[in-house]
Amino acid sequence: MNAHFRPCLVLLTLLTLLTGVAYPALITAVAQAVFHHQANGSVIMREGKAVGSDFIGQAFDGPRYFWSRPSATGPTSYNGAASSGSNLGPTNPALLDAIKGRVEVIRAAHPNETKSVPVDLVTASASGLDPHISPAAAEYQVGRVANARGLSEERVRELIAGNTEGRTFGALGEPCVNVLRLNLSLDTEGGNQE
Amino acid sequence: MTANHWIQIFLFVGVLLATVKPLGWFMSRVFQGQPCGLDRVLGPIERLFYRLAGVDPKSEMRWKSYAFAVMLFSVLGFAFVYLILRLQDRLPLNPQGFSANTPDSAFNTAVSFATNTNWQGYGGETTMSYLSQMLALSVQNFVSAATGIAVLIAVIRGFTRRSVETIGNFWVDLTRSTVYVLLPLSIVLALALVSQGVVQNFQPYQSVALVQPISMDEPVIGAGGTPSVDAEGNAITQKKVISEQQLPMGPAASQIAIKQLGTNGGGYFNVNSAHPYENPTPMSNFLQVLSILLIPGALCWTFGDMVGDRLQGWAILIAMLVIFVPLVIGVVGAEQSGVPSQIAMGVDEVASDMQSGGNMEGKELRFGIVNSGIWAAATTAASNGSVNSMHDSYTPLGGLVPMWLMQLGEVVFGGVGSGLYGMLMFAIVAVFVAGLMVGRTPEYLGKKIEAYEMKMAALVILIPPLVVLIGTAVAVSGLGLDYASGEDVKGNLNNPGAHGYSEVLYAFSSAGNNNGSAFAGLTANEPFYNSALGIAMWISRFWLMIPVLAIAGSLARKKYTPAGAGTLPTHNTLFVVLLVGAVLLVGALTFVPALALGPIVEHLQMTAM
Repeated sequence: MNAHFRPCLVLLTLLTLLTGVAYPALITAVAQAVFHHQANGSVIMREGKAVGSDFIGQAFDGPRYFWSRPSATGPTSYNGAASSGSNLGPTNPALLDAIKGRVEVIRAAHPNETKSVPVDLVTASASGLDPHISPAAAEYQVGRVANARGLSEERVRELIAGNTEGRTFGALGEPCVNVLRLNLSLDTEGGNQE
Repeated sequence: MTANHWIQIFLFVGVLLATVKPLGWFMSRVFQGQPCGLDRVLGPIERLFYRLAGVDPKSEMRWKSYAFAVMLFSVLGFAFVYLILRLQDRLPLNPQGFSANTPDSAFNTAVSFATNTNWQGYGGETTMSYLSQMLALSVQNFVSAATGIAVLIAVIRGFTRRSVETIGNFWVDLTRSTVYVLLPLSIVLALALVSQGVVQNFQPYQSVALVQPISMDEPVIGAGGTPSVDAEGNAITQKKVISEQQLPMGPAASQIAIKQLGTNGGGYFNVNSAHPYENPTPMSNFLQVLSILLIPGALCWTFGDMVGDRLQGWAILIAMLVIFVPLVIGVVGAEQSGVPSQIAMGVDEVASDMQSGGNMEGKELRFGIVNSGIWAAATTAASNGSVNSMHDSYTPLGGLVPMWLMQLGEVVFGGVGSGLYGMLMFAIVAVFVAGLMVGRTPEYLGKKIEAYEMKMAALVILIPPLVVLIGTAVAVSGLGLDYASGEDVKGNLNNPGAHGYSEVLYAFSSAGNNNGSAFAGLTANEPFYNSALGIAMWISRFWLMIPVLAIAGSLARKKYTPAGAGTLPTHNTLFVVLLVGAVLLVGALTFVPALALGPIVEHLQMTAM
């Protein structure tokens, strides 16, 4: 049995060097050379300033913007440094109260919409950083945003379409609208000012 | 269920099945020491390792020696991880300046990674330095997975060898699993993931300016460092405007690739593969969920090839699929149905071209219902435990599926290596039961199954339920309900009623079967759960490996028994039915009472609300 000590120590050391040092170093080197943008967080630049990432959502609650999904991160929503879901179960009164409150807020902000509220607008995502809303949730907000910005609804819908990602190969995933990208293109579009 | 649901499920199972033969063939060559195509590149590394370690690759071990080597290597790996986590504040590559992990948290994480469980008691981006992620966590992701594969290969040798005392050399099996199988696959997957947007760098967290600054109410901190209160005892708050967002960074892709391939599952970030930097696109999601079942599936083919009858491997794989596919459909269906009380509030949960609908609390939009459901089933069928949605927020029946898949003993695919050796134990039980029915000594793959093998197989099958049920009972009797936080006592459970109990049952089902996923609302990063779950993980890993290796040793010693008229063929439908029956009966009989108190009660409550 004593014969096992040397191979054990030496192999643990060597495998640590191989899989804990050489392997991540190799991946980093190749990633930085070939996929520089993605490997560093797919950061969106506007006028030389970093304004966000393609993949990390931001909180929006102003009338001139499309709203993101609710987020369960603390202490503020969409805290990029501390991802979190709510982990509330479907029968938890705390969750039902939260959803009820969100439905009321959404309804009050969209008095002309008579349809039921799309589920993603009133439920928190798994990460608290979900960058997307559903096309249904975007459509729900078209009237409010068009009105606040003095844009036509057709123009707003065109911008939504330009920031909608369909299913990969027509099969994988779900169609989704990138909220940050959409709001940035609204800001570029202009319309009346606040 | 929509048409797209069926397409995505079919695509996943189809691509998985297409990989079984090529990868199974490759691994069969690797473990029989035959040329596999990568020898020219990797051979020199392998031989260098043996030379430095003083390993003679031709010298073999008896089962006890093999088991001792496994234990020694795992204990040493555990100690190394523990040390790094305890010392990370004094080690390099810690740009966020994280402090050392507490002793109980470091103990839990070290056991968790050394046992291939990867229960995530910590929040990656708030507690782990880049060095800890690489040297401590990634390394164990590789070697704990390789250890599982090594033990499986030793068991397969037990079936194929005749009248010999040895079952292979652990150091060789460990090295070859890591260098030839896990490392090349991880390199390919890691780079594919980076191309999709998974981060891979050594920068500190980046700050970006928010497009719309948001305001929050911040508690006013008084002179004594405690929150100020007004005359009525309410906390005083002030408006604070937040105009920046922190983007977490680090060497994530390299860790995530092996986390999926090695059925480890411990995430780089707190919310694991739900984090957009850990799993940014539907494509990265497909690759990751495929990687969970890739090696466990292909090992069935390897098994068939090595025992000289490929149908034997297919029979096992089909038995796994017979359990897996209906449960995938079950969880997707349950989540798509949504929550009646939410729908009653005027929430639209109907699937259409415009939205996935369903129960979207705790799910990411890009994955929707179907990709969340496929993942939940795959990650608990295999002992992976990574998540791309929060299982705690699933509907009661949707959450029951992943819980029960773990409770079946992690044999439906299961961990790399450990899943198949667990399934072979059920196969031994199945042929034994069949043998009893016709009154003959049972055989499996030409080896007589006798009292010794049955005793060991029974141990392997019964220990995890024992750990799960006793652990849950101890926790809900009081120890696991409250914990001290500073001067306060807080509750561990995030949800009231039956769902709170489900959180505890899920935690012990996960630790007691080396899975690692969680109903993450449970506050488990505190001394009781860190210790109790740590012990559960240790028992369920090594108290199973040792009897499994004992069977390997005992089988290798036996003579070959040619199949006779009374031998039960183990490559046909009858055997698949018997095997599935054995797994489901043990799983159902053991856990139905415990499940009735949790998800089933909650389901009745939900539909009555």
